[in-house]
Amino acid sequence: MPKRVGMEVSIGASEAVRLANVDAIAAYPITPQTHIVEHLSEFVANGELDAEFIPVESEHSAMSVCCGTSAAGARTFTCTSSQGLALMTEIVFIASAMQLPIVMILANRSLSGPLSIWNDHTDVMLVRDCGWIQAFGENGQEIFDLTLAAFKIAEDHRVVLPFMVNMDGFILSHVIEPIEILDQETVDKFLPPFKPVYRLDPDNPVTMGAFAMPDLYTETKKYQDERLKASLPVIEEIWKEYGDLTGRYYHPVETYKAEGAKTLFITMGSFGETASTAVDTMREEGEAVGLCKIRLWRPFPYEAFWNAMKGVENLIVIDRATSYGGPGGPVASEIRSALYTMENPPKVVDFIAGLAGRDVAPGDYKAMYKRAQERIASGDIAGYEIYGVRE
Amino acid sequence: MKNLGNLNVYAVRLLPKTEAIAPGHRACQGCAEVLAVRLVGKALGRDTVVACATGCMEIISSPLPTTSWRVPWIHVAFENAAAVASGVEAGLKVLMRKGRIPKKKINVLAMGGDGGTSDIGLQALSGALERGHNFLYVCYDNEAYMNTGIQRSSSTPFGAATTTSPAGKVKPGQVTWKKNMPEIAVAHNIPYVATACPSYPFDLMEKVKKAAKVDGPAYVHVLSVCPTGWRLPPDLSIRAGRLAVETGIFPLYEVEEGRYKLSVEVPKLRPVEDYLKIQGRFRHLTPDLIEKIQERVTKDYNKLLAKVRFSEEMS
Ligand SMILES: Cc1ncc(C[n+]2csc(CCOP(=O)(O)OP(=O)(O)O)c2C)c(N)n1
Ligand code: SF4
Ligand SMILES: [Mg+2]
Repeated sequence: MPKRVGMEVSIGASEAVRLANVDAIAAYPITPQTHIVEHLSEFVANGELDAEFIPVESEHSAMSVCCGTSAAGARTFTCTSSQGLALMTEIVFIASAMQLPIVMILANRSLSGPLSIWNDHTDVMLVRDCGWIQAFGENGQEIFDLTLAAFKIAEDHRVVLPFMVNMDGFILSHVIEPIEILDQETVDKFLPPFKPVYRLDPDNPVTMGAFAMPDLYTETKKYQDERLKASLPVIEEIWKEYGDLTGRYYHPVETYKAEGAKTLFITMGSFGETASTAVDTMREEGEAVGLCKIRLWRPFPYEAFWNAMKGVENLIVIDRATSYGGPGGPVASEIRSALYTMENPPKVVDFIAGLAGRDVAPGDYKAMYKRAQERIASGDIAGYEIYGVRE
Repeated sequence: MKNLGNLNVYAVRLLPKTEAIAPGHRACQGCAEVLAVRLVGKALGRDTVVACATGCMEIISSPLPTTSWRVPWIHVAFENAAAVASGVEAGLKVLMRKGRIPKKKINVLAMGGDGGTSDIGLQALSGALERGHNFLYVCYDNEAYMNTGIQRSSSTPFGAATTTSPAGKVKPGQVTWKKNMPEIAVAHNIPYVATACPSYPFDLMEKVKKAAKVDGPAYVHVLSVCPTGWRLPPDLSIRAGRLAVETGIFPLYEVEEGRYKLSVEVPKLRPVEDYLKIQGRFRHLTPDLIEKIQERVTKDYNKLLAKVRFSEEMS
């Protein structure tokens, strides 16, 4: 029987990687991702995981090594944060174009400058268009579950794409939570060894990473785009299979107390938990408010999103990154664009909040709700507002 | 010349017939870099995986949907061939250990130009050498960023005109001295380092075979004449390579477990001018600059001889 044990979320994440029986790990330390690599190297050092642990000299090399191990046919894992992701970004884009099913946990942290080790989503938004499947977990259990399922999704022959599990730095990575760890037998049944479509094999030589002239580049991009979009039903199918196995079901878009709600908050990642607490109190106070959590960021789950928007009048988007001088934070901009074709779409008020670890407490949701009502009433809903700036 | 004796042993017809790179690639006429690639491929044989850096050799061999490669080949980016090769080596190793692929010796070759090696890829290479992966890195040194249009690199020799170190009214082309990449490789205490040049094909192939055999990282630095970038008639490529060796500008040597050994002994070096004067990139050099180069070459060559002598005394 699987057991629920209190452990640091980073340990839970490492357990998922160990149970997935990965073949290769290449990573470079950066706060707040460090605990994961430390645990994984311990597993390897103790023989609890038979994998190559490649202690690279940079994140750029981490992702490059991952491309090599994955192309050789090895199940591959890496994790990073912030500056590390920025440094490896060049290769992050190439990994998806080359269809290398690497799994990465991104312990979300703000990008410098000023240097900050704390949590927000500026790092993941930097690679929004990198062609990876990108999902967000809300708590330790979700990180464990999403990571295990990520390998199966990434390696599925209908997908063959890299998968990024977003885990809020510190808020998740460094807290102790009860996590149910599956047993090896259950995992092995769910996740068979990696069978690559192509690998670097002298008996069947292939060329990987050829360059494209203008006459073919567009076609390769069209193919890549279709591939990523087509992963959506597979993601749903595998999450369903995982749910049947564990009782924990995941969906691309999830709502909380959305029934009868006129206003929905939109969050991604760990903010969903505080937001739901805030919704509880506000509901008790008679406000018709609910919550919509976007779990799957790429491919963007339009249908599920539209369904969640039916009958909703207002949206309050909590963005955790800024698009300086742009029309809105990255999430709100996408949501406004997704709503454009909807009949009677809800109004969108965008708050940029919780940058670099700035706490957003239930009271702050209430304050944003109030502020949003004012702005909607006055018709001033364009752009974005950076919330909670100290005067 | 001592190594010409090798010709008796290796008649051309005894060369392996296998090719890693097929004819029909798009390299310029007289490109000695692609010749070196071909020789390396012959030396390594089919049980080889190649991780290639961005650069001339990648561009001339892999335009979608075609490929010149008859061995498994991967290109990811410019500066990371050594890291990608690290991954390939580690991946193959773990899969063999876990019994998921058959156990056999597979050569892992990383290849890059001088820019991809001694400039932008130096960190990734240093990391891979330090970690001790069992792989071979070959630097094809044509002494500039040729793929992007002959810009200078840290491997461009003093005095050479490139598009970013042009010879102007106040500057004589490249004003810095060529980075000694083989020495940097030696400093990593790896089992095997060598220099080679396709003008000495048998020597090159022997070294590549040796490099593939050692347990751990090996580094081979190949001077690869580029007629396009050196402003040299294509039929002089092989000649230029020989002159580089005969003038002592590019000595051929090996460093096995730290011991230096000359592969081609040149009893009396030719004047550097013999080498410089056939190349358009040095056309502007004045006698005093040529003298300056001569002094430096003589000094560096003597330093190398001292290391060779020291190695002989130590063994
Ligand atoms: C990160 C990055 N910077 C710059 C480039 C542009 N670039 C591609 S190849 C190249 C030069 C290659 O020079 P070298 O490594 O000496 O190889 P060669 O073409 O001379 O054989 C440059 C600058 C790139 N592809 N990637
Ligand atoms: S530019 Fe030089 S190195 Fe590049 S293909 Fe032409 S001759 Fe060869
Ligand atoms: Mg070059």
